[in-house]
Amino acid sequence: MPFNDEEEIYQEHILDHYEDPYHNGRCEHPTHAHEDDNPLCGDVVHVELQIDGDNKVRDAWFDGDGCVISQASASMLMEAIEGKTVDEVKQFNAEKMLEMFRAKLTPNRQKCCLLSWRVVQQAVHSPIDGDEAKAGPTFSGPGLGEES
Amino acid sequence: MAIVEALPLDPQSFRPDFPILASSIHGDKPLIYLDNAATTQRPRAVIDTLVSMYEYHYANVHRGIHWLSDQSTDRFEGAREKVRQFINAPRSHEIIFTTGTTMAINLVARSWGDANVKSGDEILLTEMEHHSNIVPWQQLAERTGCKVKFIPITDDGRLSLDEVKGLLTERTKMVAFGAVSNVLGTENPIKEIIQQAHAVGALVLVDAAQSVPHTQTNVQTLGADFLAFSGHKMLGPSGVGVLYGRENLLDAMPPFLGGGSMIRRVKLEGFEPAELPAKFEAGTPPIVSAIGLGAAIDYLNDVGLDRIAAHEKVLAARAHEVMQSVEGLRFLGPTPDKKTGIVSFVLNRPHAHDVAQLLDREGIAVRAGHHCAMPLHKRLGITASSRASFYFYNMLEEVDRLGEQVNNITQLFRRRK
Repeated sequence: MPFNDEEEIYQEHILDHYEDPYHNGRCEHPTHAHEDDNPLCGDVVHVELQIDGDNKVRDAWFDGDGCVISQASASMLMEAIEGKTVDEVKQFNAEKMLEMFRAKLTPNRQKCCLLSWRVVQQAVHSPIDGDEAKAGPTFSGPGLGEES
Repeated sequence: MAIVEALPLDPQSFRPDFPILASSIHGDKPLIYLDNAATTQRPRAVIDTLVSMYEYHYANVHRGIHWLSDQSTDRFEGAREKVRQFINAPRSHEIIFTTGTTMAINLVARSWGDANVKSGDEILLTEMEHHSNIVPWQQLAERTGCKVKFIPITDDGRLSLDEVKGLLTERTKMVAFGAVSNVLGTENPIKEIIQQAHAVGALVLVDAAQSVPHTQTNVQTLGADFLAFSGHKMLGPSGVGVLYGRENLLDAMPPFLGGGSMIRRVKLEGFEPAELPAKFEAGTPPIVSAIGLGAAIDYLNDVGLDRIAAHEKVLAARAHEVMQSVEGLRFLGPTPDKKTGIVSFVLNRPHAHDVAQLLDREGIAVRAGHHCAMPLHKRLGITASSRASFYFYNMLEEVDRLGEQVNNITQLFRRRK
């Protein structure tokens, strides 16, 4: 195979997350939630978080449908943000997300990887039963515009 | 498995004309280009025409009183005449050069639509349209208050003529539909739909982007009022397309874009539009691209459109043959006898983008996603699909390789369960 480890999207640890995702389902006591999709490919990710009084993510679950990258990256992200404070989650920018995913992605497929990240960044601003989501997060990094 | 003995044409005799088809990607994988519904590749004859235009004959058209401008203009108008013959339009000024099918449809929706459609009128499309034949009409509806209706498709991706009849009323002003679906490959009954539409006084626009490159088109036999297609899907350069319109309709329509070329006279108080076709060709046209399209038409005529259509049907049938036993694979659209060389499919898993990426590393280029037909995918209950689309330079061996690799992908994901 002409692909080295760095380029290999379908490498073991990614396929493991895809086949056996971490916290795939519903959160028992969610306080925050958000859902979004990539219209380009139809990937959908729904995230539910339990954020405690210390502003820490105690529990993080996702549900979704889509390609290997969108689903595996969501699984990795749930694992990564548990125990983190909301501020730490906000500081976890798009670049760090792509770094955590490890495999090198073309710009089009970066959108798949960043879907769950985008949903999480919105979810921490979206308390359940609270005010509707405020303005979305601002970030630098790869463009998220969709082609048609 | 039925083995096809003799192909309607031998792709090997044309492949050397296409420099790109000899390339290998990702190291040593021979390129298998199966994304022809998105855009085709170009033969040397077209590439050489472009180069020689820029090297020896290029100037702006219809303007300079100098030798070079005459050279350029003659070739540009020569290309228009080639297009006219290619679709058997009665008059060459009924051929409008646009930037592509999208602009051609927008031209009609804007110019004819704004002048002729009012609140309460209806535009009839189908559920299988490309976005470029949906959005311009939705925009027209936003401007005028007209209603956009859709002919439903059958589960196997065809139109039922009875449904068409039921949806046509005296309020229907325009029926716009694709001759061939860019996802399903379905060959729609163009002539019959046109007859039904004309019977209630509606006009018809045929989006022929997926048919003109692959099969004979005769706008007079069809009775089409408007017909649109793109150069880049038929061996030509990108950036040029064609709108055919009946003379009396184009004459009655107001200009679309304003600017140079499209005027007879401009005064500070206003302007008088030019005659056809200049009236709809504001600004410097895609000169070299149009001339390249002329060269592409020459090439296609040499290959023969009847042979091209027959060859692609054989390839599509083969694709169905080699993939029908793949576990969890569902074909979209009708059986191969009712479609062209477009074969779209979905797998239970993985997602279409993963399929395309895994095929790519074997050198196989297919399209994945919604192919600019989101309403169609919604109707089919899916969000994305993979599409292999063939042209006359594709070989049976390439189709076999596709089948083999699709099967490998399903195995890869089955093993891990």
